[in-house]
Amino acid sequence: MHTMSIQRKKIHPHKYSLWIAMGSITMMFIGFTSAYVVKRSQANWLAFELPHIFWLSTAVILLSSLTIHLALKQFKERNMQRYKQLITLTAVLGVVFAACQWIGFSQLKNSGLPLNGPVSASFIYVIVGVHMLHVLGGVVALLIMFARAYRTRIRTYSSVPIEVAATYWHFVDVLWIYLLIFLSIAR
Amino acid sequence: MSNEATLHSQQEVMHGAHDHHDHEHHHEDNFISKYVFSLDHKMIAKQFLITGIVWAIIGAFFSVVFRLQLGFPDATFPWLESILGHWAKGGRITPEAYYALVTMHGTILVFFVLTAGLSGTFSNLLIPLQVGARDMASPFMNCLSYWFFFLASLVMMASLFVQTGPASGGWTMYPPLSALGDASIGSKIGVDLWLISMALFVVSQLLGGLNYISTLLNMRTKGMSMTKMPLTIWSFFFTAVLGVLSFPVLLSGFILLLMDRHAGTSFYLSDIFIAGKALANEGGSAILYQHLFWFLGHPEVYIIILPAMGMVSEVLAVSSRKPIFGYLAMIGSLFAICILAFLVWAHHMFVTGLNPFLGAFFVLLTLLIAVPSAIKVFNWLTTIWKGNIRFTPASLFSIGFVSTFISGGLTGIWLGNSSIDIHLHDTYFVIAHFHIVMGVSAFFGMFAGIYHWFPKMYGRFMNNTIGYIHFWVTLIGAYLIFWPMHYEGMAGMPRRYFDYSSWTSFNQFGGLNQFISIVVILVFATQLLFVFNFFYSIFKGRKLTEQNPWKATSLEWTTPINPGHGNWPGEIPEVHRWAYDYSKDGRDFIPQTEPIGPNESAH
Repeated sequence: MHTMSIQRKKIHPHKYSLWIAMGSITMMFIGFTSAYVVKRSQANWLAFELPHIFWLSTAVILLSSLTIHLALKQFKERNMQRYKQLITLTAVLGVVFAACQWIGFSQLKNSGLPLNGPVSASFIYVIVGVHMLHVLGGVVALLIMFARAYRTRIRTYSSVPIEVAATYWHFVDVLWIYLLIFLSIAR
Repeated sequence: MSNEATLHSQQEVMHGAHDHHDHEHHHEDNFISKYVFSLDHKMIAKQFLITGIVWAIIGAFFSVVFRLQLGFPDATFPWLESILGHWAKGGRITPEAYYALVTMHGTILVFFVLTAGLSGTFSNLLIPLQVGARDMASPFMNCLSYWFFFLASLVMMASLFVQTGPASGGWTMYPPLSALGDASIGSKIGVDLWLISMALFVVSQLLGGLNYISTLLNMRTKGMSMTKMPLTIWSFFFTAVLGVLSFPVLLSGFILLLMDRHAGTSFYLSDIFIAGKALANEGGSAILYQHLFWFLGHPEVYIIILPAMGMVSEVLAVSSRKPIFGYLAMIGSLFAICILAFLVWAHHMFVTGLNPFLGAFFVLLTLLIAVPSAIKVFNWLTTIWKGNIRFTPASLFSIGFVSTFISGGLTGIWLGNSSIDIHLHDTYFVIAHFHIVMGVSAFFGMFAGIYHWFPKMYGRFMNNTIGYIHFWVTLIGAYLIFWPMHYEGMAGMPRRYFDYSSWTSFNQFGGLNQFISIVVILVFATQLLFVFNFFYSIFKGRKLTEQNPWKATSLEWTTPINPGHGNWPGEIPEVHRWAYDYSKDGRDFIPQTEPIGPNESAH
């Protein structure tokens, strides 16, 4: 590999792939939300209020976006101790977010809207559930970054992985805001 | 499948040991990292191709089995019982087996062969080689893409062997049949395995597509501007864009279907009775699934045909020693097809109770696709017009592609009209249309690609004589199989029926059906000949002695005969001109790497 010339790239390929992947994930949720819109315009649509805890989870995920942003900043300044704390905090907030959504599900269920109830409720479970899986995927990514940060044998100085993780994290955050607004308006 | 791959890999090692003394080997690869979990795009391409070939044999064999039933509904074939067991009691397949076979034939050919096997192979092989990159943007993701496909293959293969058989509600997997396990024997665990397999398949396609796009947009060599790229790359680009944007929507449709199957939801189900018993499901809509499915399903047919178009453009220019006619128009029409692909899905649903006013728009948009398609056909014909054509198997298959694309495309204009569709929908006319325009054409493009780039993949040529036999039997056979189906369809003969013999109005087609089935067997045998040629030539084919056997301009022919991982031993060549300088200024061809001369005008 030494004799070879350096590969030309304009943007780091991982970042590039991430942007395309985010487009792809967006399409998936556009698929869900358009199905929702189509279904809503048909007969027997039952409207109800979203569980209130979803507002709390919104606050949690917004906060986590802030912490991962700070983590990236600390990484670039090589404050590794702060960096580790911040990504841990972000991952914890991610789990808290998922827990809030889960509580939201049980609130729905207790108010007589189980998964196999009216279609409008089933959609909430599926859309919110699939989004939650994407957040948990981000948590797994952060755990890997965490393990890397504690590695003593190999040190990483490239900020690309944390930048990729941060961009993804902001993406699932924005995606949630979109879903929340969508689900509140198009009831 | 893995046996095939291993077999060929071992031979590669042996032949590599003889004549493959590249000095640029950066580190010693062991067997696993070189042939199994390879990160090299060229090896991953071969893995996709060979897996695709294995699937193609299985999928085509299924069609032979159900054609036996359609051609000879009263005959018995005892050997069928020995391979299919209780699915072919007494040598005649059961109706359940028939539905399972047609469903699997569709799924396998559409997704596993013509999507993964076609764009998986050639996007992987050609994108880095033709844009001048060492490898894909993320070789690891690329490797993952293949292994997700392999997993999807394993699950689908396993579904063939479960007791209740594979999914059998048609390759489109429409609910409610697919959503209710009690609805039929083919709606039980077979459908679950089908959905799991397809979910893995979608992941594989997304990982692959991400890589293709970011590689070709981001990692082109110096001088390779977008408008200097060969048309193959443009077609792979649009294919990947279509895949990345439409497969996720399919996945969301599948997730809802899985919920309906197992969580008791009613996304697609409403007011259903099974065996006289009413189900609890309320408020669902089966049409919703069709919207989600065809939002992928229609782009999917372009995912299948665009790579074939790109390769045909390239092969036709190379083999007629002429620049491609209308390079920018070719890109423009690919782009137009790519946009229109997302706007026509409802033409698959004209007779589902779609609002006729809405239908009118979809008719208009559907017929609009004829414009870019006609531009492409015109440009292919003008490319070979007065060319000094070298009739290699690759160029014959490319010309055959243009032929089948025209004859299959024209019937698309019929079917795209919602009023004619009332008569023709779900008849053999539809079967004839999409098999010619999508199935046969895409296979011809794939064969053209395999014959043309085989020397780049294996450093050997395929046998030409077998190639010519393969081409002529396949071309004539394809027309003999599918042309008569137009007549059956116009007479109203519906598709997906197990036995037409008790249906007096279609008795006139009894002889025709026999004829079609006999041709199917002959054509299938010829494809086995191709497979033999392929594997034989990997080991024993005529060896390549020069870097650029077809005298082509594009970058892949500037690599060594057996390129190592990294493709070019030294610097990546710089590009100075477009890929179609053939017969220019009295020269047969000018490679892309040659600078524009002082007295020469760039294209």
